[in-house]
Amino acid sequence: MPQRLIIGAAGAAALALALSGCVPNSAASTTALTVDVTDDTCVVSETTAAAGAIPFSITNAGTGVNEFYIYAEDKLRIVGEKENITPGQSVSLVAQLDPGTYYTACRFERAGSPIGLAEFTVTGEAALGTGAQQEQSEQAVTNYIAYIKQQVAELTPRVTAFAGAYAANDDETARSLFASARLSYERIEPTAEAFGDLDPKIDYREVDAVAEGIDWTGFHRMEKDLWVPGASDLNSDGQPALVDWAPSTPVERQQFADGLVENVKELSALVNADDFSVSVADISNGAIALLDEVAVGKISGEEDWWSHTDLFDLYGNVEGAEVAFGTVRGIATTSDAEGAALADDIETEFAALKTLLGTYGSIDSGFTSYDTVTSAQRKDISDQVNALAEPLSKLTHTVLGIAD
Amino acid sequence: MRQMNEPPVGKPERARTGLSRRGLFGLAGAGVAGVAIGGASVGAVVSGGGATNAAGVSTAYPFFGAHQAGITTPAQDRLHFAAFDLSATTSRDDLIALLKDWSFAAARMTQGQDVSESGAVNGSPLAPPDDTGEALNLPASGLTITIGFGPTLFTTDDGVDRFGIASKKPALLASLPRFSGDALKPGNGGGDLCIQACADDPQVAVHAIRNLTRIAFGRASIRWSQLGFGRTSSTSTSQVTPRNLFGFKDGTANIKAEDPMTVNDQVWVGTDDAAWLAGGSYLVTRKIRMIIEAWDRVMLGEQEKVIGRSKGEGAPLSGGTEFSPVDLEAEGAAGQPLIDSNAHVRLAHSSMTKGSQLLRRGYNFVDGNDELGRLDAGLFFISFQRSPQQFIDVQSSLSRDALNEYVKHVSSGVFAIPPGAASGSYVGATLFG
Repeated sequence: MPQRLIIGAAGAAALALALSGCVPNSAASTTALTVDVTDDTCVVSETTAAAGAIPFSITNAGTGVNEFYIYAEDKLRIVGEKENITPGQSVSLVAQLDPGTYYTACRFERAGSPIGLAEFTVTGEAALGTGAQQEQSEQAVTNYIAYIKQQVAELTPRVTAFAGAYAANDDETARSLFASARLSYERIEPTAEAFGDLDPKIDYREVDAVAEGIDWTGFHRMEKDLWVPGASDLNSDGQPALVDWAPSTPVERQQFADGLVENVKELSALVNADDFSVSVADISNGAIALLDEVAVGKISGEEDWWSHTDLFDLYGNVEGAEVAFGTVRGIATTSDAEGAALADDIETEFAALKTLLGTYGSIDSGFTSYDTVTSAQRKDISDQVNALAEPLSKLTHTVLGIAD
Repeated sequence: MRQMNEPPVGKPERARTGLSRRGLFGLAGAGVAGVAIGGASVGAVVSGGGATNAAGVSTAYPFFGAHQAGITTPAQDRLHFAAFDLSATTSRDDLIALLKDWSFAAARMTQGQDVSESGAVNGSPLAPPDDTGEALNLPASGLTITIGFGPTLFTTDDGVDRFGIASKKPALLASLPRFSGDALKPGNGGGDLCIQACADDPQVAVHAIRNLTRIAFGRASIRWSQLGFGRTSSTSTSQVTPRNLFGFKDGTANIKAEDPMTVNDQVWVGTDDAAWLAGGSYLVTRKIRMIIEAWDRVMLGEQEKVIGRSKGEGAPLSGGTEFSPVDLEAEGAAGQPLIDSNAHVRLAHSSMTKGSQLLRRGYNFVDGNDELGRLDAGLFFISFQRSPQQFIDVQSSLSRDALNEYVKHVSSGVFAIPPGAASGSYVGATLFG
């Protein structure tokens, strides 16, 4: 049974890096630590060990099948396990561990919560070469957090200007600001979505808000006021566009404008908080999540259903993905030759996608209205997104370098 | 749109009928073993000869019985589903005649026979055959034909009562509300009538819909239809759990025919609904397009977290084996729920759906590809329940399902499924009789 990979906090990612690469067996303890297992206890003979290959001898003195786990410091990621230990059986496990804090536990009859969870400390020197990678990983996290803060800093004044024009009924100005006001948000969308209830308020489409029975606010509510549908137009879910909808009154416009600005400010406060952090896995998974945004939502034209400014959003998603990739690229290239080749592939496909999108315009000069992009052209874009997304989807595994 | 307030001028007194129903009341003797008639709804006749299924036998399920077949019947491998709209000139008598014709033909086809006595090759050489013939020499192949009535059969969208049955419309028979992830295509859902044809041989299922459609010409025509190539649910403990196109086992925790308490409680309409529907059910169809290209790029650990089960064995992430109960309270070492808060199995669990359960009977589909060169693939979801509210409860709970990122619902339908026809009678007799 393949080990389940659970991606958690930043600490897990850094630790995972420490485990990658070839680790010499020299620093191993010679005497196995014993693990006494019963149906409701799980006792390891020592609470500390020296870094390297650490042998465990596990004996099940209970009445049912048991399992032994070693968790990383986050208590989520499993760094060593022995399954299917039958009553009366003694089995051995060798765990390759670098210095740090771990947790040991058992799981009776493969179900329920861990039993006998206990801290386990590994001391000594990290395996050769992993220190540099850990440094790289910390640097990547620092860089990406700075990028998010910078994008939110750009987002705030643009949204304020857009919302101001919309509230003042200056529709022409508001329409001209709509796409650029969204751009920074699209670049960091997975981060914003991680803050549970903020994204629904800022970026929900009408069909999602109606279906979930929540008040429809944010960019797309304002979009529909600015690009008013015709009597026979349909929403993206096939429902008539004018059913249960009316243009916002001046008072409502002010409310929606104020609400959007307020929510963006809240987003800004959250990413600038002291405890805000992301993991290396969040960054590389964020890159693929942004490409999925393109492949699922943007390519169909559902996102900006009334304004047809989808290519701005799409380009913003691609740029955000490229930054996320660039942030962890160094980790991938230094891991091994395969990682370097993967990074080259991804780079090539990013360039090809941006060249293709460049034929439809640019952020500065504007993009072709998406309703005039033909099915054949959309397929070209989709094909290139797929060409990029395939290698990109392997990035997390390479960056974290967890052995099977 | 429809204007059927008054019968058209010059309408014949006799209802139109598509084929000779001679023998309708003598079907029991028409080459079919008597045990096939009116027995237990899950009973089956196993006949030798002809093509056989993997088990080496061909199964025939009785058409007549207390309940319609194709609900608790062990889910067959193939599906052809069709929804029909009645034509503007169809009268109440025409509709009743159509239901009699369909029941007659269905009763024969489910026993491996042609649609009529003269069938595909025994009629006049000067007339086109009654039966289209592609199922000649094929056994019954477990064929079931299940007939349902949509909301618009009772009252049109404009409120017109075409057939004098508006007063008998069940209160809950109405189009489903909008749900998160809806991307319904206009015209690709609903319908006055529906037929679900399931069989272990795709040719047999298609033969059934083709011939029933032909019988309906002039009275009703297909509004939309769907082929399904692989079952995604087990409705019997005798069946292994199949996989959907996400690659995961589907229907592990489904309602099974061997659990009559739950079937009675959750599937069959009781005495608290329209009287004519007692012993029937409600059918919900949802064509769920899967964005499989995006799904296929998701790391294994994340796929399992989204579903809440392991991909290999199908065991809940709370531990155990495939059929271990899902433990929503189980926590990991860090105190995190082992079944994620947005995992599909958590939100679909009866403790999250006001106790509502569904008997699922869906099928995988691949309808070629879309304009972007992606497989137009997914799950044709079918569920049976004693009230549409059960489906609404489940689907509402799924509004924050992590799986929603990879699915779109493109078609929706809800139909009342009348009880089974008594031997020699027809489906719908309790409504029109």
